Amino acid sequence: MSGPSPNNNAWPYNLKTDTGALYEAPTYTPRKPIMRWMESRLPIVGLLYSTAVSYPTPRNLNYWWTFGAILTFMLGVQIITGIVLVMHFTPHVDTAFDSVEHIMRDVNYGWLLRYLHSNGASMFFLAVYIHMFRGMYYGSYKEPREILWILGVIIYLLMMATGFMGYVLPWGQMSFWAATVITNLFSAIPIVGDPVVTWLWGGYSVGNPTLQRFYSLHYLLPFAIAGVVVLHIWALHVVGQNNPAGVDPKSNKDVVPFSPHATAKDMFFLSVFCIVYAWFVFYIPNYLGHPDNYIPANPGVTPTHIVPEWYYLPFYAILRSIPNKLLGVVALFGSIVILALLPWLDTSKVKSAKYRPLYRQFFWIFAIVCVLLGWLGSKPAEGGYVIASRVLTAWYFIHFLIILPLLGRIETPKPVPNSISEAVLKKGSVAATLIVGAVGLIALVAPRAALAQDHDQPKPPQLKWSFAGPFGTFDRGQLQRGFKVYREVCQNCHGMTMLSFRNLGEPGGPGFSPEQVEAIAAEYIVKNAPDDRGDINDRSARPADRLPAPFPNEQAARAANGGTYPPDMSVIAKARGYERGFPQFVFDIVMQFQEAGPDYIVALLKGYEPPPAGFKLPSSTTFYNGYFPGRAIGMPKPLSDGQVDYADGSPATVDQYARDVAAFLTWAGEPHLEARKRIGFQVMIFLLVLSGLLYFTKKRIWADVHGHA
Amino acid sequence: MSSAEPTRRDFLYIATSTVAAIGAAATLLPLIGQMNPDASTVAAGAPVEVDLAPITEGQAIKVFWRGKPIYITHRNRKEIDAAREVDVTSLPDPQPDDARVKSGHDQWLVLVGICTHLGCIPLSHQGPYDGFFCPCHGSIYDTSGRIRSGPAPANLPIPPYDFVSDSKIRIG
Repeated sequence: MSGPSPNNNAWPYNLKTDTGALYEAPTYTPRKPIMRWMESRLPIVGLLYSTAVSYPTPRNLNYWWTFGAILTFMLGVQIITGIVLVMHFTPHVDTAFDSVEHIMRDVNYGWLLRYLHSNGASMFFLAVYIHMFRGMYYGSYKEPREILWILGVIIYLLMMATGFMGYVLPWGQMSFWAATVITNLFSAIPIVGDPVVTWLWGGYSVGNPTLQRFYSLHYLLPFAIAGVVVLHIWALHVVGQNNPAGVDPKSNKDVVPFSPHATAKDMFFLSVFCIVYAWFVFYIPNYLGHPDNYIPANPGVTPTHIVPEWYYLPFYAILRSIPNKLLGVVALFGSIVILALLPWLDTSKVKSAKYRPLYRQFFWIFAIVCVLLGWLGSKPAEGGYVIASRVLTAWYFIHFLIILPLLGRIETPKPVPNSISEAVLKKGSVAATLIVGAVGLIALVAPRAALAQDHDQPKPPQLKWSFAGPFGTFDRGQLQRGFKVYREVCQNCHGMTMLSFRNLGEPGGPGFSPEQVEAIAAEYIVKNAPDDRGDINDRSARPADRLPAPFPNEQAARAANGGTYPPDMSVIAKARGYERGFPQFVFDIVMQFQEAGPDYIVALLKGYEPPPAGFKLPSSTTFYNGYFPGRAIGMPKPLSDGQVDYADGSPATVDQYARDVAAFLTWAGEPHLEARKRIGFQVMIFLLVLSGLLYFTKKRIWADVHGHA
Repeated sequence: MSSAEPTRRDFLYIATSTVAAIGAAATLLPLIGQMNPDASTVAAGAPVEVDLAPITEGQAIKVFWRGKPIYITHRNRKEIDAAREVDVTSLPDPQPDDARVKSGHDQWLVLVGICTHLGCIPLSHQGPYDGFFCPCHGSIYDTSGRIRSGPAPANLPIPPYDFVSDSKIRIG
């Protein structure tokens, strides 16, 4: 029973042997009788063999070609972690936010699974952008790979839809307003726009029906992506991979078998990629997110500055640059659809930018334009930013519609090598690799430059925290003091309803003993379940109970606080932050800076002062605080020296109270911070060892190939 | 790879695949572990206290502990005697009645109300022994909750509990 013949359509290129005869692909020949029996009924082993083992790949592929494997891996990671998260998530407007916090706090390794999924989306997009730019640089969309490219654009579109709907599910402020803004894009459609939007929502506004359908579709679409990925790989295997030289392999000397050569290379670089991924997951898991999404969705208040996730920013900039609603939406979708037309817009017959001196320059200009558009998408839509967005949006389309068609006609390409073997002798530049890396990283971090703020507002001083850095741990004494401050001061107005009393005794927290936890809980009164007569009585709280809220509902809280709603403080340390500015936000990745929340809390608690001359407070129930957005805060100065007694001899000062309570709130917002950093270190060591081993394995496997070159 | 003497190449390949396999196995831990009861479920499974005072003789109540129905039956003299008269050795799952109640509290029968056959909830004060009768597949239990006939293999289990006072128990 022979496997697929070399001339079937799963075998690319017309490879010749030295004698000029057609090169016969190695096929799978089952040796064991059981495999022969199997193969003659379902030749799946033979199919796998010819697609993943003997399949010829150009020998000159560089590391930019490993991103296909990385993307496949990321799709798998997203599907697996997603399926797991679904086991614990509740898609309902009343419980979605809570259930995400439940995952973060209570589910075994829930924090890990959620951070893998949320940062996994960013890594997925980072990889897909590198994959796409690689395709553009080396002309991988050109004949005969047009369908392959278009399938890729479809995958990208599906990814955007999936990522967007996933971002809605935690039902934070950014989730809600992203859902509102993005669905409103469809209201630009003439005549049927409004009914379409109502249909998308399943109501008169974004609400529970919207959340539930997004949940359903967010589960469905990744499998649709997986289906198109199969087509994408199928198409790839029919036409064969492009390569940095842009000329097809001509003889069997130009190719290496997919396994072990390409597999080893893919594995090595995947492992390196995972180091970056793990860095984000374990050390800066909220760096790419937005603090506002730790505020539960509020249909009555739009965040002052709403921006999409970093991977949508260039398109968001294009949307906002056009001062007409319909045309803005058309430009937004046009900027994606135009990618599908790329095979026909680029008229040059030469594939690789290596041999197209002019195109290479325009490629880099285009890449920089995309990054700048991303940066502008994160900026407020005002003044110079709008003008710059318009110029760059125009360039985006000019690149595709004018430059690419023209270049093919006017450019004189450098001589293209006759074969891959010839191309291999002249090595490509390392500089290009570095530039791509740098551009990719900037694309990733640019949005951080951008929380819109009142520019002369002071930045909170950056404080030293025991829990910062890769080995940071909480100071138990500080957490206990912070809890005391919370109990004696903050708790009068602010709830912490996602915290359970038992958390106070769990590892990595304030370290109260079980008896202390019972005693603390017993001081609180909660509602019991209805008794035999249906009466709901009070009872003392138990360790399993959550901290009761000080007010029964928002209206009661407002009524008691001069109209201001004291927010719940369970995740407040993650829901607050401040603009770090350039270049600080770049260093923050390396320095693992995640303490903007506690810095802000301390600055705010200490930031009460008389209003400066010329500043008029909006009402008599507001107070001047330089660090509060808008500088008029509804909360009166909560702390004063000597207000809380410390038994451990720590200074009874506002400064100390503020630091202690901020540390306590950081722990409350991220109770598994210590476990995260501890496991992170183990994962890092593991990945470094694995990457090292894979590197030498890869070198060993490729030794004979490079020896021949 | 199959030569008798391992080469450096073999060692490298074996080391790499071993480390990769360890990583893959370690990755399974959180994926499997997440399906175990989460911290809030474990905490909610803490012991519960039940006041027995309102339960009159002959009455049975059902309370929940860890999501399981717990039958608390206040047995009368006749029910206790019926449970004790039977020849224990003749039972499918031999167990004397006094091993199924707390001594000095013979009238209180506390059972996990889940049929040992396939998990249905037997009805109280039903069946030929006026004990428990499982409507799903016909298992019949006596006034001590012992299996007497039907497909169930074992007696209704006794949950861990203690008398906090004469009229209060703590289950769990």
